[in-house]
Amino acid sequence: MAFLALDGLCASYGGAKDVLSDVTLNFAKGEVVGLIGPSGSGKSSLLRALVGLLKPRAGQVTLGGEAVDYGSRQSLRAARDRFAIVFQQYNLFQNMTALRNVAIAPTLVKKRKAAEVEAEARSLLTKVGLGEKFNAYPDELSGGQQQRVAIARALALHPDILLLDEVTSALDPELVGEVLDTIRALHAEGITMLIVSHEMAFIREVATTVVFMDQGRVVEVGPPAQIFDAPQSPRLRDFTARILRH
Amino acid sequence: MWDQVVEEAPRFFGYYNLIFIGEALVNTLLLSWIGATVGFGFGFLFAICRHPRLFGLLPLRILATLYVELFRRIPFLVKLMCVFFAFQLSGAQASLFTIALVTVVLSAAAFAAEIARAGLESIPAPQWDAAEAMNFGRWRTLWRVVAPQSFRIVLPPLFGYTVGFIKSTSIASQIGVMELTYAAKILNTRGFSALLCFGTILLLYFLICWPTKHFGERLERRLARR
Repeated sequence: MAFLALDGLCASYGGAKDVLSDVTLNFAKGEVVGLIGPSGSGKSSLLRALVGLLKPRAGQVTLGGEAVDYGSRQSLRAARDRFAIVFQQYNLFQNMTALRNVAIAPTLVKKRKAAEVEAEARSLLTKVGLGEKFNAYPDELSGGQQQRVAIARALALHPDILLLDEVTSALDPELVGEVLDTIRALHAEGITMLIVSHEMAFIREVATTVVFMDQGRVVEVGPPAQIFDAPQSPRLRDFTARILRH
Repeated sequence: MWDQVVEEAPRFFGYYNLIFIGEALVNTLLLSWIGATVGFGFGFLFAICRHPRLFGLLPLRILATLYVELFRRIPFLVKLMCVFFAFQLSGAQASLFTIALVTVVLSAAAFAAEIARAGLESIPAPQWDAAEAMNFGRWRTLWRVVAPQSFRIVLPPLFGYTVGFIKSTSIASQIGVMELTYAAKILNTRGFSALLCFGTILLLYFLICWPTKHFGERLERRLARR
C-alpha cells in the first residue's frame, strides 16, 4: 500500500485557474521522488498543498493509511507533524541563531526536553557542516549555509517525509554543491523525500521515481531512466530536449 | 525686559512656586507616560485585530480599522472636548486629569495601532509559512517569530510619537488640567513675566523630550546588535 497517496488533488490560489488539477500519485516509504517541470507547472504548489499552506479545493491526500482533512485543524496538525518542508528562500527565523532555529520547534511544539533537543540540534548542524556556526544569525550566514541550517531544522522534526522545494534555486552556483551533498547524505540514510528541483543531473542521480508536471497536471511518472532517456509523452520529450541542450 | 527677569527670578523660583511647577511637571509626565504605555498596549491589540493572518473575524477588523482611521484624523483638542462632554453626558464623576488621560490613551492607541500594523506587515509571509508548516500556530508565530522582528522596525517611529504625545498633553491645559502649560499660564496671570513662565516650561519640556528620544535611540541600537 502506498505510504503517501494523492487522489485527484485540485488547488487554486483563489483565482479561477487551478494550479493543481487532478493530481493523482502514489509513493512508497523510502522513495525519493523528483518533481520536475517548467516554471509554473505546480511542483512547488504541490508541496505547499501537502503541508496545508495552499488549501486543496478537491481531492484526497492519504498519509500512512490515514486521510488528511485539510479543513480540520486537528487533522492538519497531525499531517504537519509528519511532514517537514525546506523552502527555496530558506525562511529561517531571522531573530534566532542557527541553533535556536533548529531547536525551537521540537522544544516548543513537540514538547521535547530542551537539553536533549539542543544536543540533537548541535549534532545535526555539525552533520550539515555547520559545527562552528551554532550562534550565528541567518543574516551572518551565506545562502548555502542558511539552506543547510534549514535542512537541519527540518530534520530535527523527524519527519516521515521531507519536502524540498527548489532548495538550490536561490543559491550561487558554487554553493549548490554543498547543499546537494547534504541531501545525498540523507538519501543514503533512506529518508523519504519529495524533491522539487531544476538540477536534472542531481534528480537523475538520487531519485527513485521522477514525476513530470506541466500546467498543474501530472504528465508522466516513471524511473529516471525512462523520464530522461525514453520520455513517452510529447510534452516531456520537448522539455527534456530543451533542458539537455543547455 | 532682561532686568525684569533678573529682578523677578528669586521670587519666581520661590518654594511654593517650585512645588507648584513640580506638581505640574509630574502631571505632564504621568499623562504622557501612562498615556503612551497604555495607549501603545491597546494599539498593539488593534493591530492584531486588523491582521488578516491572526483574526479572520471581519467585523472586528472593520471596527478596529474604523477606530484607527477616525482617531488619527481628529485634532487632539477636539478629541479632548469629545471625551470631556462624553463624561458630562454620562454623568460619571471624573477629574480633569482623568479626562485628559483617557484622551491621550485613545489617541496614542490609534497612532500606535498604525505603527504596529506597519511593523507586523513588514515581516514577509514566508516567515509565517515556515512557522505554520512546523505547527507553531498563529499566536506562537506572532509571539516568537513575527513580533520580535517587527519590534525593531516599530521602535524608532514609536519613540518619535511618544515625543509627540508629550507635547500634545499641553493641549490639556485648555480644559484646565494642571500640567506644565497650564501652570505657566497661571503663573503668568499672577504677574510673573511671560518670558520667565514660558521659558521655564520650555526648558522642562525639552528636558523630558530629549532623554525620551535619546533612550529610544539607545534601545534601537541595542536591538540592532541583538
